[in-house]
Amino acid sequence: MKILSRIYLILIFAFLYAPIAVMLLISFNAGESTTQFMGFSLRWYRELFRDSATLDALRNTVILSVSAAVISTVIGTMAAVGIDRMRTRWLRRSVMIVTNVPMMNPDIVTGISLMLLFVFAGRLMGLSKYLGFTTLLIAHITFNLPYVILSVLPKLKQMNKHIPEAAQDLGCTPLQSFFRVELPCIAPGIITGFIMAFTLSFDDFVISNFTSGTSFETLTIHIYSMIKKSVKPDIYALSTLIFATVLIMLFIYNFLEARSERIERMKANADIKMESNIRKLMRRRRDKSDAQKQGTR
Amino acid sequence: MSGKRSFWQRAAAAPHMVWSVLFIIAPLIFVLYYSFTDSQGNFTLDNIKSIFNQKYVVIFVNSVTLAVIATLICLVIAYPLAYIFSRMRERWQKVAILLTILPLWMNFLITTYSWMTLLEDTGVINTILKKIGLNPIHMINTPGAVVVGMVFCFLPYMILPIYSVMAGLDVQLIEAAADLGCNSFKILTKVIMPMSVSGVVSGITMVFVPSISTFFISQKLGGGTFQLIGDTIEGYFTGTAINYNVGASLSLILMILILISMAIMNRYTDTEDTKGRPML
Repeated sequence: MKILSRIYLILIFAFLYAPIAVMLLISFNAGESTTQFMGFSLRWYRELFRDSATLDALRNTVILSVSAAVISTVIGTMAAVGIDRMRTRWLRRSVMIVTNVPMMNPDIVTGISLMLLFVFAGRLMGLSKYLGFTTLLIAHITFNLPYVILSVLPKLKQMNKHIPEAAQDLGCTPLQSFFRVELPCIAPGIITGFIMAFTLSFDDFVISNFTSGTSFETLTIHIYSMIKKSVKPDIYALSTLIFATVLIMLFIYNFLEARSERIERMKANADIKMESNIRKLMRRRRDKSDAQKQGTR
Repeated sequence: MSGKRSFWQRAAAAPHMVWSVLFIIAPLIFVLYYSFTDSQGNFTLDNIKSIFNQKYVVIFVNSVTLAVIATLICLVIAYPLAYIFSRMRERWQKVAILLTILPLWMNFLITTYSWMTLLEDTGVINTILKKIGLNPIHMINTPGAVVVGMVFCFLPYMILPIYSVMAGLDVQLIEAAADLGCNSFKILTKVIMPMSVSGVVSGITMVFVPSISTFFISQKLGGGTFQLIGDTIEGYFTGTAINYNVGASLSLILMILILISMAIMNRYTDTEDTKGRPML
């Protein structure tokens, strides 16, 4: 049974990593082809750094996904706080349903529905070119928001509601108690939301395809237009670099997490030690006072 | 003071609510508007009627069939895998989940293109088959290749929710069932399966929705030999034969189709269970 499950694991991971292996290999191809490997070279990495269109697209994508992630994290965190405090049942429910719509709808429907809105608004304002950075940013914030809200909300629910109350009893203004007490409590959720928003934006193709004009090209759109013509291995070289970056970030993240866990464990051990020390001390003191009592007798 | 405080904190949701009305609800109203008007903006039912002609019906049937097949394959692969993951030692579970998420970070345009390299008649797989002395198989530009592409892209979305439910299962329940005389098959069917339904349901929706609406995978791996609903919609919005009105009505029908299938799915899980939602 154990051997069977191990074979199964290997097969599935081979399936999941086969295209990535192809990508890694072809990125070092000496030839022009994306199908036949002609020998090892770094040629495509060199060409990548000379290809200004691809580098522009990369820069555009970073600008877009960072701004979309920042804005959606701010609006989303505020929204989560608001939803958490909402007492009206139907209002809360309907806000949640609308929030979930972009997650439940297929991306293509979200994309074309936003495109129709932009086209209509653009015609109304008499613009000839209405799709560009602004429309992309709006679209990205829209599909990021539910992910931010859904990662912050559970943290607010878990938080002990008496802590901010205690802070206010001790003289904090409501605003101070929010920023100094509640915000640190829900920070992990906010960070998760931000990271998710950034990666979703960075990786998005379907919605961007419908909401970007010709003036502002993101990386995925650039790749799409290249694939329509013919692909050179430099796109694989770029993907390999992105893959390596993700891998390194994941390792750092896991390392930090493991370290913080270890520190927590050490703290817990220290607490136990401290407690036993205090116990010992108290026992000794009691013994001493007992002895004194007996002495006075 | 507490009344004032809660007012301002409730008002914090206001920007999001305005945003939702402008960019979630309004766009959907525009889909409706374009579905029921012609290019001049006059009311018409022609777009909706035209969808029921044979050309579009075939496209819809193809899309649903391929999406159902891809979803079932994902389920069959992911269920035992998630079970194996959940029985690993904790350290290895983390590694396994990391390895499952990692392919999601690669853009699907690139990985789909890599699949072309793998599946081509002179591609990697056929070269290996030839070296072993087997006959090459024609794979690219077939419905099978499209299903492979879909399964690859969406398999992690099936594994993660099922795993997160199984990892949360109380081991004592399984031990109790064993103590009460269940064999391992009975434990699987009577304890583990009923308790993992919520994970399976959210996995199915997370795979089915993107598979039924995909448009790039089918173009590349299907070679344009047959069209899916996603390709058709994309063609009407960004292609050469632009027609927002028919495109909008196709999207409307697609949305209704998905809503119906989700409603059917939700009948099997009456509680609002968010346990299965994976946190990437």
